[in-house]
Amino acid sequence: MSDMDMEDDGAGVVKKFMFLNRKAPHGTVYALEGLEVVLITAAFDQDVSMVFTDDGVYQLLKGIDSKGIEVKDFSKTYRALEGYDIEKLYVDQASMDARGLTEDDLIVDVTVLYVSEMANLMDEQDVVISF
Amino acid sequence: MLHIVNKSATERGSLDSCLAMAKSGSAVLLIEDAVYAATTGSTAAAKIQAAAAGLKVYALGPDLAARGMTGRVLDGVNVVDYSGFVDLVAEHKACQSWL
Amino acid sequence: MPMVDIAGKEYEVDEEGYLVDLSQWNEDVAKYMAVEEKVDLTESHWEVVNFLREYYAEYQIAPAVRVLTKAIGKKLGPDKGNNKYLYELFPYGPAKQACKIAGLPKPTGCI
Repeated sequence: MSDMDMEDDGAGVVKKFMFLNRKAPHGTVYALEGLEVVLITAAFDQDVSMVFTDDGVYQLLKGIDSKGIEVKDFSKTYRALEGYDIEKLYVDQASMDARGLTEDDLIVDVTVLYVSEMANLMDEQDVVISF
Repeated sequence: MLHIVNKSATERGSLDSCLAMAKSGSAVLLIEDAVYAATTGSTAAAKIQAAAAGLKVYALGPDLAARGMTGRVLDGVNVVDYSGFVDLVAEHKACQSWL
Repeated sequence: MPMVDIAGKEYEVDEEGYLVDLSQWNEDVAKYMAVEEKVDLTESHWEVVNFLREYYAEYQIAPAVRVLTKAIGKKLGPDKGNNKYLYELFPYGPAKQACKIAGLPKPTGCI
């Protein structure tokens, strides 16, 4: 947590940031690193969207138990995003279908978008950061 | 021969490469992100089910659990723990890791 | 990493004094960390420390101070969910000091 945001004067420019997550949670460090960057970015009061597509949809699965591989279960952290005022979470319909997943399998509430809608959302952004 | 795959089949081609080269009767062990291929509903599931006819297919339990996939394992896939992993390596005269 | 002796037991801490293995945390550790931070632990301090531990157990992170303030306000009331109250308890920053006492890792994004 940051003690810095005491100084927040709210005068900064607000840009639209998209964080695009395309990797499964534990095989690489991308998912965890991406999540940490999002949490840090939240301190700067930007307009943040998080998008989960391809294997990235696996990050949001319920029922993760990572004790056996001795890594932190950061899937619980996605549930903290709401408290950070990050409420725009989107998943890609086709990626869910290709993996046999539905919204009920996910640990947080999301908006499911078709690829054409996702394309429009990406096009609206000022900054896209990919993990 | 024991073939070990650790990459997601929906991201990389390692599983396809492995299955193309794995001879009948050999064993395929899925670990890390490769375990998703052994779960119901994945586009890779059909490949695993087809392979399970001629190969012995295993998936590492702790990796399935860490991915929330324990309850979704395909029929015909044998779930092993770390000591089962060691046994598989010891039982086969050679191992190939499809990195 | 450095080791510290707390009430006759050895604990590993990082270079800034944060407990490395949070499962080792206990009241002795909290009291030791509080002395290090020159904080005199009262019931009010414990309330925040315990809140942080519960937050960590639920979300696996230490919250940003803004999030902590809001969450404490929700649970313990607006007279406690504000910066003034939390900085009076932890003058060098509720993030830095309370997390350390609670045995949590160095908070994400804490500079």
